[in-house]
Amino acid sequence: MNMLTHDIVTAVLVLAGAAMCLAAGVGLIRFPDVLSRLHAATKPQIFGLMAVTADVAINNFTVGTVTLVVAIVVFQALTAPMAAHLVGRAAYDTEHLHPELLIVDELRDRRAP
Amino acid sequence: MTTPRERLAAVGNQLPPLIALVVLWMLLWGEFSWLNLLVGLGVGLIVTVVFYLVPVQLSGRLHPWHTLVFLLRLVGDIVRASVEVAWLAVKPRLVTSNAILAIELRTRSDLILTWTAVATSIVPGSIVVDVDRESSTLFLHVLNMHSARDIERFRRKVLDTERRIVRGFGSHEDVERMRGVLPADRLATRRAARANRPLKKGLS
Repeated sequence: MNMLTHDIVTAVLVLAGAAMCLAAGVGLIRFPDVLSRLHAATKPQIFGLMAVTADVAINNFTVGTVTLVVAIVVFQALTAPMAAHLVGRAAYDTEHLHPELLIVDELRDRRAP
Repeated sequence: MTTPRERLAAVGNQLPPLIALVVLWMLLWGEFSWLNLLVGLGVGLIVTVVFYLVPVQLSGRLHPWHTLVFLLRLVGDIVRASVEVAWLAVKPRLVTSNAILAIELRTRSDLILTWTAVATSIVPGSIVVDVDRESSTLFLHVLNMHSARDIERFRRKVLDTERRIVRGFGSHEDVERMRGVLPADRLATRRAARANRPLKKGLS
């Protein structure tokens, strides 16, 4: 790969990753309740991580790096939803949510006797 | 007491996670050598025996092409939805309007239920709040839902994810169910009728 395309790819991936992490931070402050903050805290950051690790793999293209990157992304993808689920469920069960922000709540309907 | 035969079946059921552990071990070391294979096998065995998990009921069916389609679509969904959530976080005049939806899946397999739950919650904008295993229902908290049309579209998206997973590695029974044979599920029947031709081609 020639230098210019190399630089462009690196710039795009790293900046995209950084932008995602920044947006996650901003969302964490701006969203109003626990459940919506969870979305900001756990999700865009996975894409950010994917972009940054992909860039590391491209810059340092050896079998070792690529496999490690695959392992990192897979594990992040497997564990982040679990953490989000547990926090989300705890938040719902302890009523740390703003019902006025929900247009439907089918879980409440289901749990009501 | 268990008979030797039952014990053998239990070992067989532990085999896929063991292989996954060995592959993970080699991924972490970053090289595929015989030494790594042997050590990985040893560590994997210890982990499988010490941290014993309830055996997973595998479907015994794997369609590589549909699995690949599912994984690629998943990555595409993550990228698209990440940008959406990121934009939502920074856009001026934020109006939060969320929903908690009960989405009843058609599968009866724990494995497919788990995969669908992980796949939908890895995509930004939805979190699994609760799961009802009896009826294979996912309760999802969904960001940015403003109308009944949004909700309907999201529901269809989750059911599509489920269908892609089942076509990738679900049991034959589940694949049959995806064709919309359950008369109770009106949406599934309608969708299967519409998508009948490509479905048949893909599933043969």
